Amino acid sequence: MPIIDKATFDELKEMSGEEFINELIDTFLEDAPKMIAEMKSGLDSNSVETYRRAAHSLKSNAATFGASQLAALAKELEMLGKENKLHETGDRLRALEEAYESACSELKGLKS
Amino acid sequence: MKSTHEPGQMLVVDDNRVNRLLLTRALEQNGHLVSTAENGKVAMEMLRTKPCDVLLLDIDMPEMNGFEVLEALLQDEELRYLPVIMTSASDELDRVVKCIEMGAEDYLVKPLNPVLLRARVNASLEKKRLRDEQRKLFRTFATPEVAEQLLREGFSLGGKYIKATIMFSDIRSFTTLSENQDPSATIELLNNYFALMFDAITANNGTVNQMEGDGLMAIFGAPAYRENHRRDAVKAALEMVALLKTFNEQRVVQNKDEIQIGIGIATGTVIAGYTGTEHRATYTCVGDAVNLAARIENHTKVAGKSLLIDKYTREGLPDHIHVEGLGEVIFKGKQQAISVFAVNG
Repeated sequence: MPIIDKATFDELKEMSGEEFINELIDTFLEDAPKMIAEMKSGLDSNSVETYRRAAHSLKSNAATFGASQLAALAKELEMLGKENKLHETGDRLRALEEAYESACSELKGLKS
Repeated sequence: MKSTHEPGQMLVVDDNRVNRLLLTRALEQNGHLVSTAENGKVAMEMLRTKPCDVLLLDIDMPEMNGFEVLEALLQDEELRYLPVIMTSASDELDRVVKCIEMGAEDYLVKPLNPVLLRARVNASLEKKRLRDEQRKLFRTFATPEVAEQLLREGFSLGGKYIKATIMFSDIRSFTTLSENQDPSATIELLNNYFALMFDAITANNGTVNQMEGDGLMAIFGAPAYRENHRRDAVKAALEMVALLKTFNEQRVVQNKDEIQIGIGIATGTVIAGYTGTEHRATYTCVGDAVNLAARIENHTKVAGKSLLIDKYTREGLPDHIHVEGLGEVIFKGKQQAISVFAVNG
């Protein structure tokens, strides 16, 4: 699975234009760490709703940029929230953070 | 009718900034004006203060989610018909179905497809405009209450028996009057006159359903049922007489002839419904009370009174309305003599 799916990203770029894609990437890179932090705090405080909503948001944005690995992991983690199985997250949150770091550096490179 | 491609005022509701930016951008590229809200609560506040043509609504949001917004819209008389397009993730179609059941117009899956976005927004915009025009149209011949009922329940070209009060009114010696002035003055007179009469009728919950020449017919107690339809009709008639007095005072100042009207009112069971075709329909009623109201109106000339009513209408009036019995009259086409009363205010 690619870190950033080229076709999806190019489509997004074509739709938004050079300047706007940069703004979009910056916004995502600013907000995604907050979503990951919310997932963690939701997990720590056993607040399923906070956790699930943050995972949902992250999944949605990752898919928008074509960040396939990140989107897949966020989706798995969202499902655990939906099914009320937060205890099963295991090291998947760690994997999500790594996927985010990779997506982050690729996206930075893709800025015009 | 306006074209589909005219810009509209959009409200994008999403707790996610990237989604808001993207949607705003795509809508602005199609020429629309866009406002944004980060949750349902903020959106509802904006909707109540600012006009909006189409709402693009996320489901999952803090404070107030998409379901709660749909519910709040349904409760709101003004916002009930606002087209809502749900924006959702591809894996939550079960929730989208629930939203459509709750009144949402359509949905879009994120990440957005710009072509679908344009098509769905334009379709919703068109619906909104159609509805607005329909509403405006209904309101010109009915009370806002009736207009809302029609919008809510739609037309059904079928009849039913209802108890209602019927009013007929026309201008005395209108033909003579119009022969003595130029045609544009006649049309102007009619327009000013009808505007006043409509005000009095709709303000008292009546529906004007026919206008012919200088005459009009109005229904009270239908299409929306009103318990006090008899009193409403007489109150409307008294207001019509009072408004006409002011109208005549102005005409005298302008050196124009005064006009006199006759109003006849009768109450009874009638068959009411929409007659016509799907494309052109009018709400009307038929029955004895309709004929009687027309006859009574005609009788105002003989009786020399401006407002006459039948016995059943009289029985529904409060004591403070002064009514004078004029005895029984046998009308053309009627077997029985009818008691007629003049209302003097």
